[in-house]
Amino acid sequence: MNDSNPEQPKQSWWRRLSSGLKRTSSSIGSAVADLVIRRKLDRAMLEDIEDVLLRADLGTDVAAKIAAAVGHGRYDKSISADEVKAVVAAEVEKVLAPVAMPLAIDAAQKPFVILVVGVNGSGKTTTIGKLASRFAAEGRKVMLAAGDTFRAAAIEQLKVWGERTGAPVIARAQGSDSAGLAFDAITAAKTAATDVLLIDTAGRLQNKAELMNELEKVVRVIKKVDASAPHAVLLVLDATVGQNALSQVEAFHRIAGVTGLVMTKLDGTARGGILVALSQKYKLPVHFIGVGEGVDDLAPFTAPDFAKAIAGIES
Amino acid sequence: MFDNLSEKLGGILDRLTRRGALTEADVDAAMREVRRALLEADVALDVVRGFTEKVREQAIGATVVKSVTPGQMVVKIVHDQLIATLGADGQTIDLNAPAPVPIMMVGLQGSGKTTTTAKLARRLTSRDKRKVLMASLDVYRPAAMEQLAVLGRDLEIQTLPIVAGQKPAQIARRALEAAKLGGYDVVLLDTAGRTTLDEEMMTEAAEIKAAANPHEVLLVADSLTGQDAVNLARSFDQRVGLTGIVLTRIDGDGRGGAALSMREVTGKPIKLLGTGEKTDALEDFHPDRIAGRILGMGDVVSLVEKAAAHIDAEKAARVAEKMRKGQFDLNDMREQLQQMAKMGGIGGLMGMMPGIAKIKNQIAAAGIDDHILKRQMAIIDSMTRQERKHPDILKASRKKRIAAGAGQKVEDINKLLKMHRNMADMMKMMGSGKRGPMAGIAQAMGFGGGMPSPEQMKAMAEKMPKGADGLPQLPKDLPAGLRTGLPNLPGLTGLSGKPTLPGLGGFPGFGKKK
Repeated sequence: MNDSNPEQPKQSWWRRLSSGLKRTSSSIGSAVADLVIRRKLDRAMLEDIEDVLLRADLGTDVAAKIAAAVGHGRYDKSISADEVKAVVAAEVEKVLAPVAMPLAIDAAQKPFVILVVGVNGSGKTTTIGKLASRFAAEGRKVMLAAGDTFRAAAIEQLKVWGERTGAPVIARAQGSDSAGLAFDAITAAKTAATDVLLIDTAGRLQNKAELMNELEKVVRVIKKVDASAPHAVLLVLDATVGQNALSQVEAFHRIAGVTGLVMTKLDGTARGGILVALSQKYKLPVHFIGVGEGVDDLAPFTAPDFAKAIAGIES
Repeated sequence: MFDNLSEKLGGILDRLTRRGALTEADVDAAMREVRRALLEADVALDVVRGFTEKVREQAIGATVVKSVTPGQMVVKIVHDQLIATLGADGQTIDLNAPAPVPIMMVGLQGSGKTTTTAKLARRLTSRDKRKVLMASLDVYRPAAMEQLAVLGRDLEIQTLPIVAGQKPAQIARRALEAAKLGGYDVVLLDTAGRTTLDEEMMTEAAEIKAAANPHEVLLVADSLTGQDAVNLARSFDQRVGLTGIVLTRIDGDGRGGAALSMREVTGKPIKLLGTGEKTDALEDFHPDRIAGRILGMGDVVSLVEKAAAHIDAEKAARVAEKMRKGQFDLNDMREQLQQMAKMGGIGGLMGMMPGIAKIKNQIAAAGIDDHILKRQMAIIDSMTRQERKHPDILKASRKKRIAAGAGQKVEDINKLLKMHRNMADMMKMMGSGKRGPMAGIAQAMGFGGGMPSPEQMKAMAEKMPKGADGLPQLPKDLPAGLRTGLPNLPGLTGLSGKPTLPGLGGFPGFGKKK
C-alpha cells in the first residue's frame, strides 16, 4: 500500500517484476531483517522465517524445508539479515533453477501447436494475446484458435487480440464443439503454412469431470490431425492462487499432458510463491510470467531473479 | 495432501487413554496440526495465528465429554470457532434503499465479476422480482462489455447500451440516469478488474464509487486465493469501502481458507457464493459449510440439500414401499440409478462427503465412475418388460442377448443381477424399512451403508433450518451403520450434541487397498 517508488513508464522486465513482487519481497525482506536484528538464529527464529515463507504461499512443506536449510550449520550463530536473505534466495533458486526453461519452438513442426489450458479467470486468453505478439515479433506466422466456446464474448476477446497482433483467428459460434474447432484450426494452419498455432480453451475447474473429459477430447482430436501435436500444452496459473494450484497442475497434467507453466498477474500483491512448491513437486518447466496488462508484459521466467525477488534482495 | 484434520488430531490425541480435561501439552500438540491444516487450506498466516490462539484458550481445560475422543473434542472447538469467525448466516444483498439501488462489483482480474454480475442480476430478477439494469464499466479488457451484453441477452436482462470512449465514472452516471428514467429497481455496475497495487485503477474505483454512491460494494474474490487474500480484501476495503464479499469458484476443490482470511481482516460479511459456471449457480453463504470444508469435513449440508432437491419424494416412497414388500424389481432399480445420476453422479456425491478426498482418488483409480451408472441403466434398458419384472428368468441365452444389446459383457449382466439380489435381500432383512432404497444401492455397489432413504431426505429437507446455524436436525433413529463407518470419518458423532448425519457410513470397498 505504500507506493513510495515512483516508477518510470518504460522499465526493464526485471524492474517490473521487482515492483510486481515488491509486496512479497519487501514484506519478506523487512520481516527477515527485523528478525535478525533482534536475536541470533535459534529455533524460534527459524519458525519465524518459515512463517514468512508461508505468507508467500510456498506451502507448509517447502517453507519448512527452506527454513531448515537456512538453519543448517548456522544454528546458534548470529547471522545478518543479508545472509538470511541470500540463503533463502539460494534455496529458492535451487528449487526453481531446473524448471526455468524457455519455451522452445521447434521450427520443424509446422504448425507448432500450443494448447493453452487453465481454470477460469487465470488469464489464458490474455496470455495467448501476449504470446502471439511475441511470436509475431520474432517473425513467425501466427494463427489463433478461439477454443473457448463457452464463456460469453471469449471469442470476441481473442479476435481483438488477433487484430492487435495481425494473426488470423479461427472461430466458430459460441457453444459449438471446441474439439471440432481445434480440428479446423490445425487443418487451416497447415494449409496456410503457419508457424505457430495457439489454441485457446474454456476455463475449467480441474475437479469437473465432464469438462476435463471435454479437454481430453480436444487433445485427442488434435492428435488425429497431427499425431505429434499439441507440441506444447501450457497451464496458465494465477499468481494469487494458493495451495489449490497443486491440484490444478496434477489434474491438468494428467488429462492434457501439460508441458509447461505460465504464471500471470505477478504485478499485484500476489506472491507467486506457490511456483516454488510446484517446482519441488512436479518439476514442470516454467516458461513465462505475466507482470502486467500490456502486450509486452510477458517475460521469460528466470530462476535467480525470481528467487531474489521472493527473498527480498534488491538488485 | 488434504488429510482430514480430525484424522490427524486423532492420531495425536487418541493415544491419550485417560479422560477428563485437555492439558496444555495435549492442546499444544493439537494446535500444531490445526495450524498446518489451516495453512494448507490457504487461511492467511496472521489469521491462523489469532485463530489458534482463541482455540487454545478454549481448549485448555475444556472437559472432554464422555464418548468423545480428545481429538474430536478439539475438532469441535475448532469447528465452532470457525463458524464464529466466519460470521452469522443470512447476510444477503441489501436492497433497502430508494430505487434504483446501485450495486458495485469490484475485484481482481479473473475473479469472476462479470459472471457474478449476471448471476446476481438473474437472482434479483427471478427470485426477488426486481427490474435490473446491468452496466459494464470495464473499458480495458477486450470484449468485456460485450461479455456482459451477451449474458444480458441470454438472461433477458437489460444492459446499458455501449457507448465507445466513455470513462467508467461517466458510464456509471449514465447507468444511474438510464435506470431512473427506465424505472429500474437495481443497477449492477460491473467494474474492470484491477490489482490493488495499481494506483490509477484504485483511484478510478474510488471515482466510480463517488459517482454512483452504491448501496452495496461487493468484492468478488476467488475462493482459490492463497495468502494474498488478506492483502486484496484489506486494500479494496480501505480504498473503496466494501459492504460484502462474494466468493467464486466454490465448486472447485479448493479448501476455501480465503473466506476466513477476508472475513477476519475486513469484518465484512460474505454474502454470496458462486457455485458453478451456469448463471443460476449462486447461493447464500452458510458458515458451517465453509467451516466443514476448511477442516476437510466435506459439505454434508449441501449433499443433503442436493439429494432432497433431486429426489422425487413420491416416486421414491413408492419404490421404498415395494422394496419393503420384497417386490423390488429391475425397473425400480433403474429408477434409483437414475436418481443417483441426477444428484451429480458418484463423483458429485463423493465430493461433498466428509473425509472422502482420499477415497475419491482410489475410486478414480479403480475406474469407478459415472459411466457405471449409465452402463447399468443401459443393461436394464436392453431387457424385455418381463425380464425386468422377473429377473429370475434370465438364463444364459437371454443374458447373451442383453449383453449384445447393451454393448456389455455377460459378466456385467451377472454383476448387475447380483447387485439387484443383494439389494432385494437387504430390503427383506431391513423389515421395518427404515433404510431406503438408496442405501441398498450404495451397499450393493460396495459403498457400504448409510445413504439416506427418500423419507429421510424428505424429512431433512423439511427440517432443514433455513439460515439457522449448525447442521440440520435429523431423525435420531438412523441406521447403525453410520456409527461404525470409516475410521477416517471425522467423528461427527457427539461433536456438537447433534445427531449424526446419515450418509456418512463406511465406504469399506474403497478404504482398503485394491
